[in-house]
Amino acid sequence: MDGSTSLPVMAAEGVARSDVQATNSAARRKLYKSRVPIYPKEVHGLYRNIKWAMMAVTLSIYYLVPWIRWDRGPGAPNQAVLVDFAHERFYFFFIEIWPQEVYYITGLLILSAVSLFLVNSLFGRLWCGYSCPQTVWTDLFIWVETRIEGDRAARIRLAAAPWTAGKIAKRVAKHSVWLLFAVATGGAWVFYYNDAPTLLHQLLTGSASISNYAAIAGLTFTTYTFGGLMREQVCTYMCPWPRIQAAMADKESLAITYRRDRGEPRGPHRKGESWDGRGSCIDCNQCVAACPMGIDIRDGAQLECINCALCVDACDDVMIRISQPRGLIAFDTDANIVRRQKGQKARFRFLRPRTILYGAVLALTAAVMLVSLLTRHTVDLDVIRDRNPDFVTLADGAVRNGYTLKLMNRSDKARDFYIDITGTTPRNVRVIGLGDVRLPVKISAPADRVRTLRVLITVSKADLEKGALPIQFVVREPLHHEIRAESAVFVSGATP
Amino acid sequence: MSDKDIDKISGTETTGHEWDGIKELNTPLPRWWLGVFMACIVWSIGYWIVYPAWPGITGYTRGVLNHSQRDEVVANVNALKAARASREHALSAASLEQIQNNPELQQFALAEGRAAFGDNCAPCHGSGGQGARGYPNLNDDVWLWGGTLADIQHTITVGVRSTDAHTRQSQMPAFGRDGILTPAQIDDLVEHVVHLSGRPADERALRRSGKLFSDNCAGCHGPVGKGDRKLGAPNLTDNEWEYGSSREAIQDQIWNGHGGVMPTWAGRLSPETIKALAVYVHSLGGGE
Repeated sequence: MDGSTSLPVMAAEGVARSDVQATNSAARRKLYKSRVPIYPKEVHGLYRNIKWAMMAVTLSIYYLVPWIRWDRGPGAPNQAVLVDFAHERFYFFFIEIWPQEVYYITGLLILSAVSLFLVNSLFGRLWCGYSCPQTVWTDLFIWVETRIEGDRAARIRLAAAPWTAGKIAKRVAKHSVWLLFAVATGGAWVFYYNDAPTLLHQLLTGSASISNYAAIAGLTFTTYTFGGLMREQVCTYMCPWPRIQAAMADKESLAITYRRDRGEPRGPHRKGESWDGRGSCIDCNQCVAACPMGIDIRDGAQLECINCALCVDACDDVMIRISQPRGLIAFDTDANIVRRQKGQKARFRFLRPRTILYGAVLALTAAVMLVSLLTRHTVDLDVIRDRNPDFVTLADGAVRNGYTLKLMNRSDKARDFYIDITGTTPRNVRVIGLGDVRLPVKISAPADRVRTLRVLITVSKADLEKGALPIQFVVREPLHHEIRAESAVFVSGATP
Repeated sequence: MSDKDIDKISGTETTGHEWDGIKELNTPLPRWWLGVFMACIVWSIGYWIVYPAWPGITGYTRGVLNHSQRDEVVANVNALKAARASREHALSAASLEQIQNNPELQQFALAEGRAAFGDNCAPCHGSGGQGARGYPNLNDDVWLWGGTLADIQHTITVGVRSTDAHTRQSQMPAFGRDGILTPAQIDDLVEHVVHLSGRPADERALRRSGKLFSDNCAGCHGPVGKGDRKLGAPNLTDNEWEYGSSREAIQDQIWNGHGGVMPTWAGRLSPETIKALAVYVHSLGGGE
């Protein structure tokens, strides 16, 4: 609506018409043009409240989780969630993951991805609108901006105003608070990798390692830049998800929808004028003014829309004032618009092949992860055969092979294990450090550690078989009746 | 050139340069690009001041930090030495048996030994100590000079046929090359050695070779060829052959009397490193 000047200032009685333009919509956005700033107007309503609540919840989780304590006994860290790179452990409440079990992280990522697909095909981009860090911090930074500089109109006036002391003070205050939040964001991140109280003390006394300060500086920079300066450009240009998510959505997926069947033809409404033969949209542009992405929802579904529903709150507010039913803009589907236009009843189809498939994949992945987590072993064995030399021929023609065993004790107690070898009849088994041993050999391993053993197996000349003989190392833990076996081979070379 | 010359078709300002009626458009770099470029220039000036930068006739500008990668390496090496000092001291104070029986000390010795082996021993003995023709295999149970910890430590310290005054010393004569024995006599001895290791040999040669062996070989290898570690003489009755087990290889060895050289490592490696090497070689599997 470029010819805005010819339209009246009032869209309806008591509703002013905003002269805002959807500067970030695909049609207006020129590639080689500087960004036109967006000054979203603060709205009040159901979705705004949900968004505030989501901000409080997600930020609280992010800032507070490193401070939750969890007793794991002596010698182990007492932080509930900790990525301990130095000791190669990941702690999550009662779960402790070793680097060898990184597939749990993979499983978690698959779960997250499929959940995202499922939610997206059911309810649209709820992630983008409510829980994505970019959304949450941008919202927080806009909140700060509004508190200091005022709402949309005041901010536009301030931007155009000359650089007076008052403007400088406001700008300095705004950027200072932004930086404060940004530092806190970076600061919270490093607590996930260190004992939080210790690190906080080190950070304040300047004795923390340089990598912590560097991480804080880096995240301060990205938070400040993405949340304060770039905002919707991150979603529009940098993020792949807006491009991908369209593949998960279909005509029956909920999305923030302008119900054009009800709104059109739009136009200003004069007092006393009949509502017959015209749409409910009075073209007041409040939905555009409220949009943090700088688009016009009435243009239809577009990749710039993050589904935050702030335009719904803005529109509902106007609808109440002009005594029209709410929900001109609402969570709705494309299919329902077509149905209503045909005079059919609108309905929501949540059970569709797509959502059933996503749900099934989600349930399956979750089940596999749960089962593997519940049945995971507290002992594991890795066998690495010597390759250099491949085998050793002794003076009497017997052949010896060497193996490095990694015995992993994932328990929080030191335990005894019994290691046996099957598949061959060795003349002699030697464990470096223990000398010649009888099978099964008892090996103790310290709590939550790997014990490395070098085992030498010698087979007499008479018992040698040609080629590679498959053998097994079997480790048994008598207290919990855990048995783990690991395959290897015994090579006798060209001797027999 | 105060007036801007605007190209009518593109609407872009031109540089004012014209060749044959063709004008060059003035398309400046994006501002952010220019900004990064300027920032790099500012950065480089700071770099010149702080770090070594400009070459001169006799040297180069040092920069106010007086930074040098060589000094940094020296400092890092010294820091490493300081960090290792307590364990290195423990290694120095402990006997070889004590090192072997203390798990922590043993692990440290094995790690240091493995690294030192790769740097100093692997070129001849192989990266896994598997040896090669003329270079003994350190994994098996055959030892020319003994396989106890002390034996291994002594061999590494003084070497074999080395320049050290106390070197392990043995020299097999070149019976054929130096004309001590005739080719026919040597052929008989080859059959004798083949027979010693339990393989079928020519009976007629064996009838002649007994006296030849006791006159020429038994002095070092022993009357039945079992060898002698005091003299570094190999056992001729086992499966291990440093220079090969075939008749041709045995003939070649009697004819030429090959004997390799292992250098002395005293003075080149610290006593602690030699200890660590002894523990490491002992752990390869053949240690006695």
